[in-house]
Amino acid sequence: MHRVLHAFTNPFAFRQALPDIWSGFLINVHMMVIAEALVLVLALLIAIVRGLPGRGSKPLRGLAILYTDFFRGTPLTIVAYACILGLPGLGYGFLKNASSEALGVVALTVVYTAYVTEVYRAGIESVHGSQRMAARSLGLSYLQALRYVVLPQAIRRVIPPLLNDFIGLQKDTAIIGAIGVTEAAAQGTNFANSYFNYTGYFVGAVFFVYLTIPLARFTDHIIREREQRERAAGG
Amino acid sequence: MSSPNGHFVSVQKVTKRFGELEVLKQVDLDVAEHNVVCLIGASGSGKSTLLRCINLLEKVDEGSIVVDGQPITHGKVDVNALRRKIGIVFQAYNLFPHMTVLQNVTLGPRKVRGLDRAKARSAALELLRSIGLDDKADEYPDRLSGGQQQRVAIARALAMEPKLLLLDEVTSALDPQLVAEVLNLVRSLTEFGMTMIIATHEMSFAREVSDKVCFLDNGVICEQGAPAQIFSDPQQPRTREFLARIIEAGRM
Repeated sequence: MHRVLHAFTNPFAFRQALPDIWSGFLINVHMMVIAEALVLVLALLIAIVRGLPGRGSKPLRGLAILYTDFFRGTPLTIVAYACILGLPGLGYGFLKNASSEALGVVALTVVYTAYVTEVYRAGIESVHGSQRMAARSLGLSYLQALRYVVLPQAIRRVIPPLLNDFIGLQKDTAIIGAIGVTEAAAQGTNFANSYFNYTGYFVGAVFFVYLTIPLARFTDHIIREREQRERAAGG
Repeated sequence: MSSPNGHFVSVQKVTKRFGELEVLKQVDLDVAEHNVVCLIGASGSGKSTLLRCINLLEKVDEGSIVVDGQPITHGKVDVNALRRKIGIVFQAYNLFPHMTVLQNVTLGPRKVRGLDRAKARSAALELLRSIGLDDKADEYPDRLSGGQQQRVAIARALAMEPKLLLLDEVTSALDPQLVAEVLNLVRSLTEFGMTMIIATHEMSFAREVSDKVCFLDNGVICEQGAPAQIFSDPQQPRTREFLARIIEAGRM
């Protein structure tokens, strides 16, 4: 037991590892914030495309389905290798000069957009058809009804599952570390290699937990609030 | 402008199917401008479907409908422009729960009629004042009674300044003591000469306000005529049966 504690949670090593892990962790946060912003927008667009009516938009709908099916089923590690190692080799200038961190953000975005598209879609489908009908019968176009009536209600409903996916994304930034970005987990490995002590990993874990706990509590809070509101409306 | 035969709405030989089921069979209906037509009949007789065909929430399978001189069942139809002049109010109100009363009423005027925020707001407040709900302008629909919600839904439709109003059993979801406030509002609209088609189970109301009553039975307009004739001297056996059941149930 003592040996375990010494190897993973040595207070001296903790202090020693702190600065490097912290600077690595800032990269995690950086990747996470950019990827989340991109995911929020792209997933919404794909969810909208997937719901478009009419025969004319069938090919677009098909592409959206293909995208979500493919990237929801592909492990992030594979996508990350493909992006970070594969994309620069394509020979396009902007990809050749892209940092591993930026390519890692691409991988995270591509994979998480597929998840979040499904979350949005569930939200859109949960809004009763009579709402859309009421909006359309005022003369609003399909997109206006979506914009002003369906999406505001849908997005409100999916905030808890969205936050859940973002906690996942936050943690998965560490996978990018395995492929050449010196973020917190990779800094932990560096520390272990130099000092034969794994406390660096523990430091990284503490940082991640500190980041996700407020987000998790916030999610709980939103779910509780919504339950109360719905109960009030139902009574 | 009105239809070739002088009517604001002219429904001719309209058939509507849901799969195998024929919910409307060769329905003919004419509505003159400023007239009120009530559709009566059992649930499932096709009243709601007929209303929904008139503002193209449902597509007819056969026959034609002309509204305000414009054929809406054939050729290229601007659905949004058509719906701009036809208001519809639903049994379940269908207010937008994430918007305040005022936002519900101003959404159409702002986004469809293109009014600016201030103008839409003052028109909506005026409208809400006229129906006694201006003090609820900033409330969310969940906080209102059913009767108040339905009056807001009517205000939302009126804010588009429609030339025709379709009311789809607007009192059927209400507690009995709330029915009167909604019917009073509808009654006041008839006094302003609003053209209306009303699907309803309120027989005495139908008798009082309508210029014409149509009895639908199994997707067929079984009998139509002046309210006095339909209610006092129905010609068709099916109409007599229906009215007898209504009287038995104490609803007239």
